[in-house]
Amino acid sequence: MEMVYEWFRTLYQETGINLPFLYDEYDRNRMIDGLFTTVKLSLVCLFFSIIIGVIGAWLQGSSFKWTRRFVSGYIQLFRNTPPLVQLYFFYFAIGTLLPRVENDWGGQSPIFGSFAWAAISLSFFAGAFNVEIFRSGIEAVPKSTVEAAEALGFSKLQIYRDITLPLAFRVVLPALNNNLVNLVKTTTLAYAIAVPEMLYEANQIWSDNVNVTEMMVFLLLAYFVLVGILVSGMNRWERAMKIPGYG
Amino acid sequence: MKIKTLAATLVVSALSISAATADILDTIKERGTLIVGTKADYKPYGFLDTSGAVIGIEPDLAKDVADKLGVDIEFVPVVSSNRMQFLEQGKIDLMIATMTDKPDRREVVLIPDPNYYSSGTNVLALKSLGLKEWEDLRGKPVCGIQGAFYNKATSQTYGAEIVAFKGTAEAYSALKGGNCAAFVYDDSAIVAKAADPDWADYEMPLQTIDDAPWGLAVALGEEKFGQMMSEMIIEWHKTGRILELETKWGVTNTPFAQAMHDKYK
Repeated sequence: MEMVYEWFRTLYQETGINLPFLYDEYDRNRMIDGLFTTVKLSLVCLFFSIIIGVIGAWLQGSSFKWTRRFVSGYIQLFRNTPPLVQLYFFYFAIGTLLPRVENDWGGQSPIFGSFAWAAISLSFFAGAFNVEIFRSGIEAVPKSTVEAAEALGFSKLQIYRDITLPLAFRVVLPALNNNLVNLVKTTTLAYAIAVPEMLYEANQIWSDNVNVTEMMVFLLLAYFVLVGILVSGMNRWERAMKIPGYG
Repeated sequence: MKIKTLAATLVVSALSISAATADILDTIKERGTLIVGTKADYKPYGFLDTSGAVIGIEPDLAKDVADKLGVDIEFVPVVSSNRMQFLEQGKIDLMIATMTDKPDRREVVLIPDPNYYSSGTNVLALKSLGLKEWEDLRGKPVCGIQGAFYNKATSQTYGAEIVAFKGTAEAYSALKGGNCAAFVYDDSAIVAKAADPDWADYEMPLQTIDDAPWGLAVALGEEKFGQMMSEMIIEWHKTGRILELETKWGVTNTPFAQAMHDKYK
């Protein structure tokens, strides 16, 4: 491994192509941390945004007027505001209003740090889209199927969980795929509230080494690969869930 | 047809060569405006007044340059992470943006000698934390500015966890919000902040490190403009213009400015 690192150091000396995150141990560690933070933030947001989507779509079909209004209010708020503004809003506006806790260096710090706020804010942002995506799938399930289930004595929750949702899931996968890809790309915005993800670490490195061009090329390729892995996973899932003759 | 294309290519390439060799001083005079990149969030060196205009010590220095050239001035606010790129791309003619003079930066932009100013690194922290030395920062979250060179040193040497923001407004707000134990920044700016009544609970507790000169910069290859700026800087030191501006903007005269004035007097 040392030899590979040394090769990149020589590459810099010989050609001026500077990739310090390969040969400099400190920069390498922060780039790796950045990659893990991006992956962790993406996974957390993917998980919670899908949960929000599933629950939100179910609540939207509620027979209580106020539940439906609440869900649509949530969607309007989060879908119609820019995610960067939401991040700043949560971190700087809401974050300072919440009670503080004693931290281990003798000061007072907010309950949620920047990572937690990024996870919360981006999950809600993508979740708002997911609610609408799941709704489209639920509406695509034929009314007669639901009626048949009702006739067989299924409860409302059972119908949603065992009949509507599994069928809807297959319909929404392409649209969900799109939104989740967008979500992974949106995690770069967390850079604004100092979440040490890939773009943030790359920025630190290019500020120290003045190698903006190289870092930009690297970042583009890194996200291309990262999102490519997600897309191929989603496609595989889509194929595995396929029911012959449906959809 | 072929000859026409060839001729056209020749003309285009000749034009691009002459454009590349045209002196920036001529361009500035032709345009009638000097475009200067300064900080807009760095009181009192470059900041915004209530009407949104850029003012401060560095904008005042830039105005001297524009007056000397006999042209109007236009300010472009820059931040640490984009100031050299703006100069490289030709978005600005001259950069006076609190930039520390470093050898690797001299490879990217032209920094005329001598240096016009100097400052070191220190932190702004709550008095109640009782920080004594840099080692006390180990393992603590410390706010910083994205693109500042001392972020790496602070985390590598003293083990602080740097939480870097885009601008100073965000960093100050994160410090006040308790997101970090201290804010690592230029001592010149921290002195001004600690004197602010809103920040009475905060202090600058550590020994200033990395005292380093600041360099203004022009694009690489603009030797003539660089030469002119060298003369201007010497003139500023000689006449005590820097000391005068420090007093005007409420900064205690720095040892560096005093020493340079004595040297060129």
